[in-house]
Amino acid sequence: MKLTGAEIIVRTLIEQGVTDIFGYPGGQILSVYDALYKYRDEINHILTAHEQGAAHAADGYSRATGKVGVVFATSGPGATNLVTGIATAMLDSVPMVAITGNVPCNLIGKDSFQEIDITGVTLPITKHNYFVNDVTTLKDVIREAFSIAKSGRPGPVLIDVPKDVQTALCEYEDGERVAKIPLPAPKSEDLQRAIELINSSKRPYIYIGGGAAGLGLGEEIVKFAEKIDAYIGCTFMGLSAIPTSCERFLGMQGMHGHYASSTAQDNADLIIGIGVRFSDRATGNLNRYAKNSKIIQLDPDFAEINKNVKVDCGVIGDVEIAFRKISAAAEPKDLPQWRECVEELKAKEAEYEKEVESAQGERLTPKFVINTINKNKPKGTIIATDVGQHQMWTAQYADFDMPRRFVSSGGLGTMGFGLGAAIGAKVSSFDDTVVLVTGDGSFGMNLNELATAVSHNIPVIIVVMNNGVLGMVRQWQTLFYGRRYSNTVLTDRKTDFVKLAEAFGAVGMRATTREEFEDCFKKALKLNDVVVIDTFIDKEEFVLPMLPPGGSIDDIISVVKDGEVVK
Amino acid sequence: MNKFVIAVYVENKFGVLTRVTSMFTRRGFNIDALTVGETERPDFSRITISLSGDGYAREQLINQLRKLYNVKKVEVLMDDAIKRELMLIKVRYTSENRADIISAADIYRGKVIDYTVSEMCVEVTGEPTKIDAFIKLMMPFGIIEMCRTGIVALDRGDSSLFDKE
Repeated sequence: MKLTGAEIIVRTLIEQGVTDIFGYPGGQILSVYDALYKYRDEINHILTAHEQGAAHAADGYSRATGKVGVVFATSGPGATNLVTGIATAMLDSVPMVAITGNVPCNLIGKDSFQEIDITGVTLPITKHNYFVNDVTTLKDVIREAFSIAKSGRPGPVLIDVPKDVQTALCEYEDGERVAKIPLPAPKSEDLQRAIELINSSKRPYIYIGGGAAGLGLGEEIVKFAEKIDAYIGCTFMGLSAIPTSCERFLGMQGMHGHYASSTAQDNADLIIGIGVRFSDRATGNLNRYAKNSKIIQLDPDFAEINKNVKVDCGVIGDVEIAFRKISAAAEPKDLPQWRECVEELKAKEAEYEKEVESAQGERLTPKFVINTINKNKPKGTIIATDVGQHQMWTAQYADFDMPRRFVSSGGLGTMGFGLGAAIGAKVSSFDDTVVLVTGDGSFGMNLNELATAVSHNIPVIIVVMNNGVLGMVRQWQTLFYGRRYSNTVLTDRKTDFVKLAEAFGAVGMRATTREEFEDCFKKALKLNDVVVIDTFIDKEEFVLPMLPPGGSIDDIISVVKDGEVVK
Repeated sequence: MNKFVIAVYVENKFGVLTRVTSMFTRRGFNIDALTVGETERPDFSRITISLSGDGYAREQLINQLRKLYNVKKVEVLMDDAIKRELMLIKVRYTSENRADIISAADIYRGKVIDYTVSEMCVEVTGEPTKIDAFIKLMMPFGIIEMCRTGIVALDRGDSSLFDKE
């Protein structure tokens, strides 16, 4: 059967199990959109307000499910608008396939209208990319792209298709859905070494990262922790892998990590890293990081072993297999001294939290906002965030009951990620509630995607923590730049988020007190609509504790009053 | 700081060299020299990379190269590998020093391949240290222009790097 390149693209996507695409049409991808029209009963396309929103939506779609997210854009500006979204996916190892149109082959290299070398632009931010100048290779390129995107350490793949390739005819036959390429089995000597290290450890700390977050190993890891008397902490990307309610779970460590989690890691004699890459935000000063402990690192990506931190035992390959073998073979332990030490840290943290809360009185605080979401959200709720203070508060306080329920840009730290990602997450998991926690700065970046949510009936609850400033940058200005608030004040903008929501056809609400917020959130849950809750918080709220950049656990800042570090 | 030579088999496809060099830029690797050419297998090109650095830099470079699609094989060459480089060098001469230059080229097993009234061009092949020495020798005469290929290298023995486990 002879089909056009455009039809081959759509048919191959259907063959690969794609049910939803996010994108934006344009001149050089029109043929593909024409094919989408023909197959509109088999594949759903969501038109966003901007290509960046489409890329973030494909990303959020993937984070919530593990499926490969797919995004379409036209040539030139359409393609370059995807760049931030692709880079975001790359840094957090999210599987994505981006398909862009380009000018016909005979116009390539001539600086034609809306021509850009997008494979060149995206070279360092994709796992791999393709420029397809021959229609006969198109279907296999797409299949290979899916295989690359989801195999090993996942990541984004871009396919650039000139317009004449989209219209050229070629023989086509439906193929099989490509499977993940199995990872190499971990080496038995590495496993043996890991087991020995665990058996001789007196203070083990299991350290969960993004590489383990989507595997659904949560319960097994908890059982393993109980068996070897270890505690569990996680990186930002590892959030939601372990249910927050678990007694052994200390929460996120690192720059804004929980006191008990960061300190326990520092006190440990063995760190068992599962899918972690020891990023600078997690480790702080490398010269002082984990000085008293041995490190085991389980990772599918051999290039992550010894990249940032020299480890004592690297286990490369399938993390699930490696973890299960290690967990089965490790000897059970009883470590009362270690338990006592960590329980003390936990008590200290609880006491600190209590002090902070009592100092805050009855005003509407970020912690109250997150706790209210925790208390009222249905099981399986996905919490998405943007980037900034609100993101860290969410990471610190939000409760998760299932893996893949936290959708946030960790590695790239992309402000403007949240709304698109929340929309994508909702499309992928339509029966689950999706709450976006954002800030007035981040929300301002890509709020045009409200139009997408409204037009496609994608109900998401958007909690805007509105403090009238770029809070995280301002926090750094307060602590490290002598309170010189250069360009971080947003109050002059006079944006009314309630009216704005209404202008987009969404529901707008406003909360200035605890009661109002609780009321708004409960109402929003019942509405099943796109809801924006403009939530006023004080600009003097800080994300604490904070490990200053380049600092270590000894430099932790835990109390700030009137812009001064108290301790 | 050690010097080492890495050989890479890559698929002989459009844009592969860019992928390799783009990775160097992105990861901050500083390369001394890089050569690329056809191999005994028509589908593959061989890139030879010379790099100075410590063990960490070497391990990182190899790991990041192995991660690239289109890269099929990455190996560090043995210390005793056969390494060769070719240089063309144009030197200004006078009637007084002409014989000195020619005999220097002779000693270095070089060949004079172009000769005009005021300059000659010498072709020299050998280990990079030999090339360096020859350049030093030519400096006082006045080097007009020179061009080095960078190292090409093969391990000794009857095996092919492509088949190495």
